[in-house]
Amino acid sequence: MNRLASMETSQHWRLRQQRYALVGEVCPHCTTKIFPPRDICPDCGEDARDLYQFSGRGEVYSHTTVYQAPSGHSSNAPYPVAIVRLEEGPLVTAQLTDIGDQPVEIGTQVEMVTRKLGADGERGMLVYGYKFRPILAER
Amino acid sequence: MMPVGEHWDLSLRHLALDAISAARADSGGLRPQALYVANVLAPALSGQSHLGALLADFTGLRGVEASTIEASGASGGVAVRQAYLALTSGALDVAIVLGVEKITDKASGQVQAALATSTDSEYEAVHGVTPSTQAALLMQRYLYEHGAPKDSMAGFSMTAHQNAVTNPNAMFRKAIRHEQYARAPIISEPLNTFDVAPLGDGAAALVLARAAALPNRHDYPQVVIAGSAVSTSALAVHDRPNPLHLTAASQSAEAAMLQASLSLEDIGLFELHDSFSIFAALSLEAAGFAAPGHGWKLAQNGDISLAGKIPISTFGGSKARGDPGAATGIYQLAEATLQLQGRANENQVPNAAIAMTQCLGGSGATASTHILRRPN
Repeated sequence: MNRLASMETSQHWRLRQQRYALVGEVCPHCTTKIFPPRDICPDCGEDARDLYQFSGRGEVYSHTTVYQAPSGHSSNAPYPVAIVRLEEGPLVTAQLTDIGDQPVEIGTQVEMVTRKLGADGERGMLVYGYKFRPILAER
Repeated sequence: MMPVGEHWDLSLRHLALDAISAARADSGGLRPQALYVANVLAPALSGQSHLGALLADFTGLRGVEASTIEASGASGGVAVRQAYLALTSGALDVAIVLGVEKITDKASGQVQAALATSTDSEYEAVHGVTPSTQAALLMQRYLYEHGAPKDSMAGFSMTAHQNAVTNPNAMFRKAIRHEQYARAPIISEPLNTFDVAPLGDGAAALVLARAAALPNRHDYPQVVIAGSAVSTSALAVHDRPNPLHLTAASQSAEAAMLQASLSLEDIGLFELHDSFSIFAALSLEAAGFAAPGHGWKLAQNGDISLAGKIPISTFGGSKARGDPGAATGIYQLAEATLQLQGRANENQVPNAAIAMTQCLGGSGATASTHILRRPN
């Protein structure tokens, strides 16, 4: 079976707060916002376990398209991947979705949405999580 | 060193045996007390772990201390570092370091999935990210941030292919022209096929010994490890404050040079990590050979060619010699040794006296740097 990133159901389950709601941490010592959560502040080295929910808004830091997909992702290929600079500071890696006609560029404003990341094989569990889509201009 | 490529007729253990036998013969028959194996992919692609015991036994070294060292693409350098520490501590007199990968038994999707385990599985690989994706994201940002032209990495690929023409161990012994680079199919934009090193089966081995354990007479000048260092950074690209600055590469290069009491001007050649062309630019910048955003220019003006200021990839690098995964660091050190011994034939860097080698794990999360010196 072609699992996503060779991960088991329990591994995905432990990450549900991050996958569905971008829950990271905030350092109580230096107020640095942290995503993905890592419990030790990367800036000041102190304990940082206070949960913090990110807004999900940010801009594209870099982007590409994957044509040679790993097994587990091959049925979705080609797919766009970006590193997004969240408005609170951290960078996060995710797929882009709902791209429409406008080309994605570095600096494009994006927001987090929940989408299917893939499935564990043809009849396996569906794995959901965050992707980012361009913020539509107000009409 | 085994030629890097598709060895349909050779298994992992046979590749290891050939490389170890050649290295031991070249050493004048030194008997190692320990075997360090640099390997990443055997568990995923060959269904085989526990390579230390397997390969010590199979290569005629049954009984010696043996284990696998894994640090993704930096495994080779890190394994040499472990052997170096054991030798300099006085615990060992002679050690052998083997880099080996058997890659071509599996189809591309499975290889990509195995390689993706070297990224952050929970926050990169699950989104479909592989090492190529990381390199593409870094290259895209590099071109944007520094206003570099789309073909700025072409020179790295062209230099590597030029140097591989005369390397009998190389996978691609053919020079390429700029038009070929410019027309190459895209792998993951802006990366094209000539930005990506081709993975191949490979094995290379080094015999390391304390000076006192060396025979009095040997056929070639014995090369000295003058500096040895390993550094790490965040595994995921997004967890680094500035992804375009390879801090582990900078730190390990600095530590190795400090140990050797040398500075950049002393380095006669630099076997750097070019599994993707962008890493050649970033490594030159991290070590200090170029300012941030200027690494690619060294590939435009001949500075990195065999007769240039700082020759790199002197036998073709991973780009054209072929990318043997975890064995990369061992190939680099073996090639640098040939340079310093004056045995590089048509690939000889004139008057090479000091060489630096550096291999990266993942997109620079681990970096191992070694400095080799020809004895006076």
